[in-house]
Amino acid sequence: MARKQTVQADVPGRLTAETSARIDGWAARFPDDKRRSALIQALMAAQDQNGGWLTRELIEAVAEYLQLPPVWAFEVVSFYSMFDREPVGRHKVSICTNISCWLNGAEQLVSHVERRLGVETGGTTADGRITLVREEECLAGCCGAPMMLVDGHYHENLDAEKIDAILDALD
Amino acid sequence: MSARPEAVVETVRIEVDGIALEVPKNSMIIEATDRAGIDIPRFCYHPKLSIAANCRMCLVDVEKAPKPLPACATPVMDGMKVYTRSRRAIDAQHGVMEFLLINHPLDCPICDQGGECELQDLAMGYGRSVSRFTERKRVVQDKNVGPLIQTDMTRCIHCTRCIRFLEEIAGTSEMGGVGRGDRLEIGTCIERSIDSELSGNIIDLCPVGALTNKPFRYSARAWELTARPSAAMHDGLGSSLYYHVRGGQVMRAVPREDEATNEAWLADRDRYSHFGLYAGDRVRVPHVRDDGEWREATWDEAMARAAGALRAVVSEHGGEALGVLMSPSAANEEYFLAQKLARALGCGNIDHRLRELDFTDDPARPCVPQFAMPIAQMEAADAVLLVGSNVRHEAPILGHRVRKAWRAGATVSAVNPLDWDFHFDLAHKLIVAPQRLVDELAAIASALASDGGAAVPDALAERVGAAQPDAVHRAIAEQLRQSDKGLVLLGHMAQGHFLASWIRQLSGWIAAASGAALNVLAHGGNSVGAWLAGAVPHRGPAGAAVAPGLNARAMLAEPRRGYLLWGFEPDFDTANPALAHSALAGAEHVVAVASFATSSIADVAEVILPLAPWPETEGSMVNVDGAWSELHPAGRLTGEARPGWKILRRLGAELGLEGFGQIDIGDVRREMPTEPQPEFKPISVAALPPPPAAAGLYRAGEVPAFSLDPLCRRADALQETAHAQSAFVALHPDDAGRLGCEQGDAVNVSQDGAMVSLPLRVSTRVPAGTAWVRSATCATRVLGDGSGPIAVEAG
Repeated sequence: MARKQTVQADVPGRLTAETSARIDGWAARFPDDKRRSALIQALMAAQDQNGGWLTRELIEAVAEYLQLPPVWAFEVVSFYSMFDREPVGRHKVSICTNISCWLNGAEQLVSHVERRLGVETGGTTADGRITLVREEECLAGCCGAPMMLVDGHYHENLDAEKIDAILDALD
Repeated sequence: MSARPEAVVETVRIEVDGIALEVPKNSMIIEATDRAGIDIPRFCYHPKLSIAANCRMCLVDVEKAPKPLPACATPVMDGMKVYTRSRRAIDAQHGVMEFLLINHPLDCPICDQGGECELQDLAMGYGRSVSRFTERKRVVQDKNVGPLIQTDMTRCIHCTRCIRFLEEIAGTSEMGGVGRGDRLEIGTCIERSIDSELSGNIIDLCPVGALTNKPFRYSARAWELTARPSAAMHDGLGSSLYYHVRGGQVMRAVPREDEATNEAWLADRDRYSHFGLYAGDRVRVPHVRDDGEWREATWDEAMARAAGALRAVVSEHGGEALGVLMSPSAANEEYFLAQKLARALGCGNIDHRLRELDFTDDPARPCVPQFAMPIAQMEAADAVLLVGSNVRHEAPILGHRVRKAWRAGATVSAVNPLDWDFHFDLAHKLIVAPQRLVDELAAIASALASDGGAAVPDALAERVGAAQPDAVHRAIAEQLRQSDKGLVLLGHMAQGHFLASWIRQLSGWIAAASGAALNVLAHGGNSVGAWLAGAVPHRGPAGAAVAPGLNARAMLAEPRRGYLLWGFEPDFDTANPALAHSALAGAEHVVAVASFATSSIADVAEVILPLAPWPETEGSMVNVDGAWSELHPAGRLTGEARPGWKILRRLGAELGLEGFGQIDIGDVRREMPTEPQPEFKPISVAALPPPPAAAGLYRAGEVPAFSLDPLCRRADALQETAHAQSAFVALHPDDAGRLGCEQGDAVNVSQDGAMVSLPLRVSTRVPAGTAWVRSATCATRVLGDGSGPIAVEAG
């Protein structure tokens, strides 16, 4: 994915036409009484609209748009680590620390990145460039462990040099 | 309805702990063992909720299964051998209990649930005496979910019964699980109250002390309480409940299982209303007024004054000069003795229908207005038409039954004056101003009649003939006609309508012509009992012929010289508080028998006799199914209050009337009819008066769910809920635009010369031509008819 568009909605909590269209596209794939199935993708669309994180108003707007109880949307957002409730940097970097990656040195890589970026996991660099996601569970890339996720893209068989190159290339 | 062959239940044979059982195929192990009385511990399983299988407490040992299986989610199979007490089962249950207790505080003595806690009970059987867990326990912040339910979320064991109840039964999905794994928290996600009308049930469902009864909290221990069976007296269903009593004081209410009415549930109104019992304005001793000054009196003196007042009215002006107005929630015995007393005095003016306005079709009403389709069968209905009914709040348990029918596939439609938020979807809805309700029903009737249906009776023919049904009317008619078990449900807004006769007669014909059942829900807790006992002006007990008297409306519109008021507040419990006040204020003598006395009684009465309210009195009631219950006192009488039947017996004797020498309540019951007369025949109405031209705004004077009667209005916890909001007038955006007013503006609302200023709400839930101004509220107790013309002007 290229540089993330950080289009801010005019009114906080209002879905843009583009977001609504994306939600419609997903909702159309499920029967009308199974709208709940479109929730994850609808929230993703809303998160993209808001520069990578979700406000309470946006979550409620998505629930209202899909005519679902707001609680269901909050449950989904709080369950999945790929939804953020706080402002994030322009890029999200998640280094897997689950078993295969951990056995292949993921912890050292996390320490390396923390030192290099000057933030702890969960933090965002002062220039708003990168958010180092606090914790990522297994992303099913074990064959290429250790691996990380950068803005939704997989990078495998990592070492410190490779990570540096990838992070340096982010604007 | 066609007779169906009895469904054959396929069964399988299983063996549990060596006991052979024959159980229905596809049932779960726990259902089989519950039926056989074999105990399996559980937290998340509840027979009325979906299966979650997340607490794992019900693990049992099944032969040939490689590991213990949850009994709540394992279907039985032929030849299955289950061991609930084997080493493997017990080890599994002990292990689960140890995990559950890891994060649960071990401080039962300071927990409100202590002594009636499922976790505490099972920990005694399955827990270790000493915890091996020495690490820090997690702490979860409490949530404020409103005035009814107290949370203590650190105690939560994540069984999700509350979530499933609110989603499946209450239909509001107000709770959920936030977070994941060991950080999962149960709550409302955002700080908000739980507003379901059935919310209190999650207190009973919660197996631990995470959700407890807020107003009851820390006021008594379970082992100090005595459970007294009783019934709720707010909505005519008579939901079965227990009052928990300590030292004669009613401390709380919990549901008593009764599949015919409330199943395992209890509406919030029925659960929390008793907190109003000991309100500050409770009448504890008889009061009399001398030269405008109220003072306490003995029963002897007060009785003599009351009898003297009634005697004076009757001897000076005749029996017809007296009016007897009774609460729609009194006991059968009170209705029976009151009508006996009134009629013995030559007075036929007795009525309990205080919130009704139109009585034209009285002769055509059935002997006893009980449901044609019993409560328990409503969930099997396949088409439901609501007419003037917010069934969720008028009778929450009925709302639940309609929701069950809808969940099973029934189509539900509504002809309503407000677009209420239901917990079921409406297939078709006609949300129209009150003055147009009759036309909409006539159009539905016309659609039914035009397709070769039965002939429309003369009284309705002209109006039905003139109606122009559109696609929605036809669809509703078709939906009812196609149904096997159709139901037309008339609610409070229909009964209290200024054209209620038209609505009843049209709905009755629609039901008859489409083969549907007609259920009419009246105001109050015992309207059916009042009809049966003869507390209506046109019929005696069991429909006996009597010289007709004046109805509740006429008694106030044509003021009487004297009144006997029974168990209600004139400014809150009548259809037209302004009219009630002027009629009562102008009377020579007013005798009030009441449990609570506000200024509306004190200003007009000359004697107040303390009446024991339901949880303290003995008496019987008949619910909407016609089921008769005899209730015994739960709490001790407060002060010198007396049961109503004793007050009437004494009053009758004091007046020198025959037949008031009953020794006990059994004597009264033996005199009373228990069934409608079998030969009773209603007289069909020849003509109904033409409805007035409906120009301008009409009031939709809905009674808030928690303002229904004097007891609810005094229950503080209920009055703090979102439902109690009442100081507003709501208009359709078009009507608000015409006034040039916006949301929040103060506007002047006036009826019959009385005016109040209320903040405006603009809502599309209100149809054009309607002013939603609630009745039975402090702000509107000077206004006129709950249903009728009203003026709203910019303030």
